[in-house]
Amino acid sequence: MSESFENSASDQINRSEATPVPEVGLGFVATFKRDFVVAFRHRGEMANPLMFFLMVITMVPLGISPEPVVLASLAPGMIWVVALLATLLSLDGLFRGDYEDGSLEQMLITPQPLYFQVLAKICVHWMVTGLPLTIMAPLLGVMLHLPAEGFVPLCLSLLLGTVSLSLIGAIGAALTVALRKGGLLLSLITMPLYVPVLIFGTSAVSSAIDGFPFAGQLAVLGAFQAMALILAPLAVVGALRISING
Amino acid sequence: MAADTAIIAAAGAEYCAEMFFCMRLAQYEWIEAGTLLSQPLLELQNLACERDERVLFSGLNLAVNAGDILQVEGPNGSGKTTLLRTLTGISPDYSGEILWQGQPLSRVKVEYCNQLLYVGHLPGIKKALSPRENLGWYAGMNNGHQRATVEQALEEVGLFGYEDTPCYHLSAGQMRRVALARLFFTPARLWILDEPFTAIDVQGVENLQKLMLEHAAGGGAVILTTHQPMSIEGVRRVNLLDCREVADV
Repeated sequence: MSESFENSASDQINRSEATPVPEVGLGFVATFKRDFVVAFRHRGEMANPLMFFLMVITMVPLGISPEPVVLASLAPGMIWVVALLATLLSLDGLFRGDYEDGSLEQMLITPQPLYFQVLAKICVHWMVTGLPLTIMAPLLGVMLHLPAEGFVPLCLSLLLGTVSLSLIGAIGAALTVALRKGGLLLSLITMPLYVPVLIFGTSAVSSAIDGFPFAGQLAVLGAFQAMALILAPLAVVGALRISING
Repeated sequence: MAADTAIIAAAGAEYCAEMFFCMRLAQYEWIEAGTLLSQPLLELQNLACERDERVLFSGLNLAVNAGDILQVEGPNGSGKTTLLRTLTGISPDYSGEILWQGQPLSRVKVEYCNQLLYVGHLPGIKKALSPRENLGWYAGMNNGHQRATVEQALEEVGLFGYEDTPCYHLSAGQMRRVALARLFFTPARLWILDEPFTAIDVQGVENLQKLMLEHAAGGGAVILTTHQPMSIEGVRRVNLLDCREVADV
């Protein structure tokens, strides 16, 4: 009895020895895949921010003025502001589902570093909100009579900017995940942090329309993105650890 | 603005911690097999927890050895779930020491997480996914390291034929079984189970208890809470009201 006990115990030890280092890539891919499938099974929720984006932009000519000159001057700011609000709309659900079904607890105690799992979740969030918003933006630009010079910087600035929006927004989502009515607080936390992205995003488009170079603004957006990519998941990890004990 | 600064400061601290964590991974080594067998797997020293300024339990001393099945008892609200969550490391609000193989939990976090399986009140199962997809995620989290395939595990818990049914079509008991199927393929040594028998039928409970016995005999340990009497022998019981072990009659 004692011999078999020792054998199986040393088997256990050997088993653990075989995987001393968590395979971060495997964990990242597993979380990425899972979240992607979940997002696609909840298509209605996924389409929500896109519908909001489309509807608000459609209302603008009706509500303000159908004059091409007026619309063209509004277009860069309008598209950027609505894209930002649409992202904000989708943030609440980022960690909510995981919190409610207990997967978040499990993520906290897996041997995988939480950092990369959070990063995987944010990647998926961007791919189902930020990326479609960017792809839709030129179409909405046409609806708002955006001048031809504005299309390329609009797409590029949104492509760079929406990544930062997802990353920064995730901090707010993580801080408010345990609150039953966290919506208002989430906006209050996230909005001030979104302001720089909005300023440089719209200014890239306006500069291009006015015939100025816009590479500088894009570079700043890129820098925001790089910084958010490294730092935001760390803040999210800290916030999630606090939230789960709330 | 102050909140922003605080967030950035927290991010900085967390960043350093994470970098340190990554560096630790590189030099991660296992303790000699001999020391593993001679000392308790998990040791609680003078553990106390409070919640909302109410002391749930205090002065809890306990050693969980390899081969133990430990049932935590106590009325509702006595802190059973809090104790289990504390032991998993999810909740860091406690005083006293928790030692894993003689080392403080905070120091051997990665090793501990590798050896730990926790099934809580919430099953940790996504309703939009099928049992196969759900367990596939857990397999990925375990570094793809497992004793059995996902399909075998599902067959063991009686969900053969339900592998690809979305979980929202399953009953409460079947959902619970999906979560418990993890017991069949996890390589973990320490199982912490919070009310594992909820919504499980009589035969299922029997099978689970048998599985726990096998796990304990193989050098593992199980800590669980349940209000149902255990039919298997050799279960240690600890009561949270007086923090004492209940002597077998």
